[in-house]
Amino acid sequence: MVAAVMSDAAPSAAKRRTWTTSINAWLLLLPAIVLLATFTHYPILATLYHSFFSLGRSGPAEFIGLDNYRYMLDDDVFRQVLRNNFIFAIATVPTSIALALLMAVWVDKKIVGRSFLRLAFFTPTVLPMIAVANIWLFFYTPDYGLLDQFLRFLGFAGHNWLGDPATVMSCLAVMVVWKEAGFFMIFYLAALQTIPPELKEAASVEGASRWYFFRRVTLPLLMPTTLFISINALINSFKLVDQLVIMTKGGPNNASSLLLYYIYEVAFNFWDTTYAATLTVTLITILAAVALTKFVYLDRRIHYQ
Amino acid sequence: MSEIVVNAVSKSWGGVGGVDRISFKAEAGTLLVLLGPSGCGKSTTLRLIAGLEEVDSGTITIGGRDVTHLSPAERRISMVFQSYALFPHLNVAENIIFGLKVRRVGRAEREARLKKVADIVGLSHLLERKPSQLSGGQRQRVALGRAIIAEAPVCLMDEPLSNLDAKLRHEMRTEIRSLQQRLGMTMVYVTHDQTEAMTMADRVILMRDGHIEQNGAPHELYNEPASDFTARFIGTPPMNIIGWRDGSLLGVRPEHISLVERDGVSARVKAVEYLGADSIILCDTDGGTVCVRQTGYCSLPAGAQVELGWQNCHIHLFDKDSGKRRTGGVSPH
Ligand SMILES: Nc1ncnc2c1ncn2[C@@H]1O[C@H](COP(=O)(O)OP(=O)(O)OP(=O)(O)O)[C@@H](O)[C@H]1O
Ligand SMILES: [Mg+2]
Repeated sequence: MVAAVMSDAAPSAAKRRTWTTSINAWLLLLPAIVLLATFTHYPILATLYHSFFSLGRSGPAEFIGLDNYRYMLDDDVFRQVLRNNFIFAIATVPTSIALALLMAVWVDKKIVGRSFLRLAFFTPTVLPMIAVANIWLFFYTPDYGLLDQFLRFLGFAGHNWLGDPATVMSCLAVMVVWKEAGFFMIFYLAALQTIPPELKEAASVEGASRWYFFRRVTLPLLMPTTLFISINALINSFKLVDQLVIMTKGGPNNASSLLLYYIYEVAFNFWDTTYAATLTVTLITILAAVALTKFVYLDRRIHYQ
Repeated sequence: MSEIVVNAVSKSWGGVGGVDRISFKAEAGTLLVLLGPSGCGKSTTLRLIAGLEEVDSGTITIGGRDVTHLSPAERRISMVFQSYALFPHLNVAENIIFGLKVRRVGRAEREARLKKVADIVGLSHLLERKPSQLSGGQRQRVALGRAIIAEAPVCLMDEPLSNLDAKLRHEMRTEIRSLQQRLGMTMVYVTHDQTEAMTMADRVILMRDGHIEQNGAPHELYNEPASDFTARFIGTPPMNIIGWRDGSLLGVRPEHISLVERDGVSARVKAVEYLGADSIILCDTDGGTVCVRQTGYCSLPAGAQVELGWQNCHIHLFDKDSGKRRTGGVSPH
């Protein structure tokens, strides 16, 4: 009797329950969705929309199709900053990763003062970029900067490191590597500590040298971490421009300017908002492509435990 | 040949755990089993022989060569780890031939040996799998394959069969034993399964709390246990130990006790376990619970009063305090 009643009521009750569950789920997601939509998705779409319009300083904004993009491709400054950005990425990403790995392997060993070393390597990460830029500005200042004083002590002539288009990018790259490597080291350190010590023992019984073990076991097992770090480093190389504001303002003659800094200049110094929107869409496309490579292509090819 | 001599070796971590001044010898070409309860120092002993732990004191020689301070690779051994230690990013085949690659064995020979070993451990159809796609028992067999493919003169195994089902365990046991004999390997084999120890070993070392309780051939441990600990550890069910007169313990094996009409020790049947070929009768006596093995099926009900008897030649006496075996002067009843 009871069973019969229950089986009668079951379908509608089940349906009601699914309903309530979905409502609950949506309600829980709502705050996040609202925030994301207001501050991420809507601005992106608005930016895309604006990039198809003229500026409208005199009169209303007009739809001009791809004119902004055409202009962008002819813009020498845009080409330069894009080239700068790629050079900057190629200079900083592999170096900071290699350095991070080296430091992680070093402080993973049982050595005296290990915690101190770890802290020392990690310190640059906790400093704000603005502070870092100011510190390094002092290193690079002509004549009385640390670098020049040191060179003079050795008997070399001084150099305007940040004022010379030939050296400015390298100077900034060195600084960014210094700041980023410690952060990436933490990821490598965490990953190294998940590798069971028996693997090393098994390899040593088989007669594998430390280098062989590193190459054939440690490195492959660190691949997921390396991938994660390189994506982050790549994105950072497009995202991190605070140092330019403090140190070079993109100069001399745009030699150190990066895409995001150029966007900032176009938008807030030249007030060309639609062109800035166009540049922003380009930047977002680049970053999205990087992220997509990770999710679609690389994740499949790299061993995950 | 490569006999292993462990001489007064100690190893502890800040005074706790490990092993304390153990000495023993594994003759060349024989299989030595380290047996004992969990935490008694079996793995530690094995790792000391392998060179994965530094000795605190004492010496270890393999084949007459003092290896006490040599690296694991220089000791020319192969090893199965208790936790398998498989390389998670390599597939089964790559895991097995890892050592051959390290030693630059040619491709053709590598393939041939891999095929042979994969057949022995029954993994031929799984060579492409990653360890994460294998069951516990399959992983264990990969570890086993990696150790035997090396054909090293000394092979150390830390509970290599603990995760296999009964049938496979029996097969692998036979396989390992015949392989060891065929290749003339000196093998040190850790287990806490005494059946494995009794069936495979040329010699068994029973350990307890970091020292050696008894070192002997399987039949010696069974027939002449040196202490009540050994007596209680060996045999399924193990020897019955009951309190006896003048501060001693009396031990007698379940198969040596029989139900008698009169003049025996009176007991009460607690339960009967029927095993097929024989039955184990659990009885309560004044000295404690006693197991009796009887061939065939036993129909005694629980609560029945019985009399237990045994022959004098079958009893073992142990000192109550030290647990050591007492020899001579046996005076039962
Ligand atoms: N690295 C270590 N640091 C501290 N104590 C240890 C270490 N390794 C082992 N021990 C201790 O040494 C004792 C013997 O350990 P061991 O691993 O040899 O036991 P086992 O006989 O192999 O046990 P099981 O059958 O459970 O594997 C244990 O008490 C253990 O706690
Ligand atoms: Mg162990």
